[in-house]
Amino acid sequence: MTPTPVPTPTPASATGLPVDALDALLRSMADDEFVIGFSDSEWTGIAPILEEDIAMSSLSQDELGHAAALYGLLAELLGGDADADALAYDREPDQYRHARLLDHGRGDWAMTIARRYLYETADAVRLAALTGGSWAPLTGLVGKMVREERYHAMHIGAWLERLAAARGEPRDRLETALAAVAPDAATVFAALEGEADLVQAGILAAPMAELAERWQAAISPTLSRLGLRIPSSTAASASRGRTDHGEPFAWLWSEFTMVRRSDPGAAW
Amino acid sequence: MSEAGTHLAIAQARSGSGAAVGAAASLETQIRAILATVPDPELPVLSVVDLGIVHRVDVDEDGIRVAILPTFIGCPALDVIRASIASALAGLGRPVRVETTFEVPWTSDRISAAGLRALAAVGIAPPADPGATRCPFCASSGEVVMDSAFGPTQCRSLFYCRACRQPFEALKSV
Repeated sequence: MTPTPVPTPTPASATGLPVDALDALLRSMADDEFVIGFSDSEWTGIAPILEEDIAMSSLSQDELGHAAALYGLLAELLGGDADADALAYDREPDQYRHARLLDHGRGDWAMTIARRYLYETADAVRLAALTGGSWAPLTGLVGKMVREERYHAMHIGAWLERLAAARGEPRDRLETALAAVAPDAATVFAALEGEADLVQAGILAAPMAELAERWQAAISPTLSRLGLRIPSSTAASASRGRTDHGEPFAWLWSEFTMVRRSDPGAAW
Repeated sequence: MSEAGTHLAIAQARSGSGAAVGAAASLETQIRAILATVPDPELPVLSVVDLGIVHRVDVDEDGIRVAILPTFIGCPALDVIRASIASALAGLGRPVRVETTFEVPWTSDRISAAGLRALAAVGIAPPADPGATRCPFCASSGEVVMDSAFGPTQCRSLFYCRACRQPFEALKSV
């Protein structure tokens, strides 16, 4: 085999990349994966059954891995002394840009399934819109994420069906949970600053508003077959879709930054 | 390792102008042979070569660079793998850098035939679509059920074989 040199990253400013818009995109995706991964890791040890304990922990591990890789990519894009750990842990709560869908606290098992179903399906549409894009570092990572997310979708889809078919309390809880989170579901597609530049540069296939419609069309058949509420493709909280996170996130933030804050600058 | 060291010494002795390319090629062969002895920490019956994660080996004046493909993005074994590779190649007397890349995705069909046999021998079914998974103990396929898509590591799922009443794990098909 002929040795091929490992390509050295070119400074972002030299390549004509829409750096600010890419920053917004990577930050939103990384924060989404980080927050849902961290929230659901709260089930480790207390999930309804042992297999689910393992599954939810494994899913969370995948999401935190995706977040770490996305923060790493963002740090490379920003250059200088940007650092993945600092991006993950050293911001104030109001500087995180995850979707408000993920701001409802862990809740019960039905809430966890409802939120994750809406998030996984939205994330799948977003990843599809980034597949084959023009910026190779992101396209490579997305290609890998898609393969892992397939298992998430399969697992959460099976739980949605199970709770919906159970009737009685499980179904009631599922409906209550969907009613609570569905109005915020489309916040995954809240408009990103400069997203037109991403579309123009061939990084993102379509504007977020269009992706929201694709997502709604993708989940409608399943939800309507199960007699469950179909969320709007426009979020009730659209204007603050990725800001103003509220009390549950303030608590989560204090949890996931606790160790880091206990000894700032320590090497782990 | 000592044998590798000898080869390297010969290669370096030869590396006059014309022989440099040939020496680099033979060093690469040697590196790959050493990598074939580095076990994966989570599936130690497989080497990193059998697992198919060695993407590229480069040798130049700065030393040895090995690019590996993570099986899963958040694989917690990556640091251990990087360290084992670096330590296995340390005997070659050149700086070693091990980096991860997503340039191409690792897919479960990168596992070698020998690797698949080694997995089956320890009761881990090869990657297949969940519906097509066969029991590694009795080869039954019709009576195999998936207990959970998620197992003890990110890359494995849990199954149960109703034919031989044996739980088993299978590599996820990614």
